Amino acid sequence: MRRSERLRVLANEPLGPYALVRVERGSLDPGIPGQFFMLEAPGRPLPRPMSLCQAPPGELAFLLEAVGPGTRALAATEPGDELNVYGPLGNGYRLEVERPLLVGGGIGVAPLPYLSQRLGAPPALLGFRSDWHAEAAALVPNAEVVVEPILVTEQLTDFVRDAHKVMACGPEPMLEAVRAIAPDAQLAWEAPMACGYGACYGCSVEIDGVLQRLCIAGPVLEQNGGTHGSPVGPLLYTTRRRADSWAPAGQSPATPVDATSRPSRGSRE
Amino acid sequence: MILNASGCLDALEAPEVARALDAFVTKTVTPQPREGNRPVRIAETEAGMLNSIGLENPGIEGLLSAKLPRLAELGVPLWVSVGGFSASDYADLCAVLDGRAEVATIELNLSCPNVEEAPESAAEIVTAARTRTAKPLYAKLSPAASDLPETARAVQAAGADGLSLVNTIRGLALDERTLQPRLGHELGGYSGPALKPIALAAVYQCYRATGLPIVGMGGITTGLDALEFPADPTRRPRVGSAGNSPKSSPLVTSRTPRKFAGFRTGPGRCVLPE
Repeated sequence: MRRSERLRVLANEPLGPYALVRVERGSLDPGIPGQFFMLEAPGRPLPRPMSLCQAPPGELAFLLEAVGPGTRALAATEPGDELNVYGPLGNGYRLEVERPLLVGGGIGVAPLPYLSQRLGAPPALLGFRSDWHAEAAALVPNAEVVVEPILVTEQLTDFVRDAHKVMACGPEPMLEAVRAIAPDAQLAWEAPMACGYGACYGCSVEIDGVLQRLCIAGPVLEQNGGTHGSPVGPLLYTTRRRADSWAPAGQSPATPVDATSRPSRGSRE
Repeated sequence: MILNASGCLDALEAPEVARALDAFVTKTVTPQPREGNRPVRIAETEAGMLNSIGLENPGIEGLLSAKLPRLAELGVPLWVSVGGFSASDYADLCAVLDGRAEVATIELNLSCPNVEEAPESAAEIVTAARTRTAKPLYAKLSPAASDLPETARAVQAAGADGLSLVNTIRGLALDERTLQPRLGHELGGYSGPALKPIALAAVYQCYRATGLPIVGMGGITTGLDALEFPADPTRRPRVGSAGNSPKSSPLVTSRTPRKFAGFRTGPGRCVLPE
């Protein structure tokens, strides 16, 4: 059952370039691995969706990479600070899997420690862009770690041939590559979110050719069988920008529909 | 009275929040189902957020068959927000809703910044809607009109029973690395604390111009913000994306009604929350 609660930060530990922010659990349910929580980002208008990294008794721990104003604010929290936390939200990984293999890339390792704990430390394959980033691998037991230029997908084929079932989280290109090798993989995706529970339609992405709210259709999706019974196909999240976005109306072959370029009636604008 | 802003609360996903409101306003419904705008649809800014949802909704048939009966079970007065691409769209929707006892009030969304507008003026749309329903009609207007009080007078003359002020105001956010628009639809509707003075001015001007009941919204983040809106008891403060701020996630939380509870009795008798 999801709840909203104001929780105290217990610790903020650097881990390579990442921050492991541990907050008291309060009465919140840690949920299923792969589910997420909306975390207040101090000083920012919107909270940030974060999957749960660890669930030690009495605590919830989140692994963050400070890449924007919200994650920077969260990474700067100190013990004693209080944050509003809302969750658990969305659909996590389906845990009834034979021969699971956890696959993570970069900050995408975030949900894997909790997943590993719940599954009894199955084998894991983790990829990072540097040795410094790879310090986060310490959170996942039984892990084989690769650092660029070696990619996790280069090691993945042997595991898949070995009938392992992939449960992955990472950057979108990695997930696409994983899916090409393991079509039945359970993949955790991400999108900007505002509410986290289906109200605002802000996180809609293209799933199986249809725009769906990732917060309630996902964030974990799988192609066959579907998380919670909903079959899922290709996901197209990347919004490719046209190079001519700024071209004046009429000079672009695909001028965006924009009411300001049409005669204004004055009364409605 | 405290209401949610249309599109900022899903009463079926968070019924405990909706039940604490004085009325629940639905997300805008259009005649046909709409998939909405392409992602990315939201972008946080320094003082609020942009959205370009694009009126994603199941269409009037979907609302009536799948949602309205369940919404009615909440026991909260229902306001249905309607949108369209011509005056006849609005009129047809009002005619359908007129026959539904569950619907207390119809809000005409005349100001979505993320879709093409109907060719008719706001007053023409209200006129068309008025002929098809006896239910109270509230016209939701944009604060960007060059002469908003004049628009308010026009929709009043056309038969509007009240005004909803204000909708989001059009904005653009750029990716700091690429300087390209962050939203898939490029432009979006801005909401957040910076909208409050703009909304207050709209409420002030339109109330003086019309004397109509007004649902005030835009940048309401705290109970004190809400207190500034109902200077007249007939005006109803409404909580939108501000209910989405970190202090009160999600969009409107179970805490939100409590946060504003002191103001429910009207000015002069309110108890300030801490």
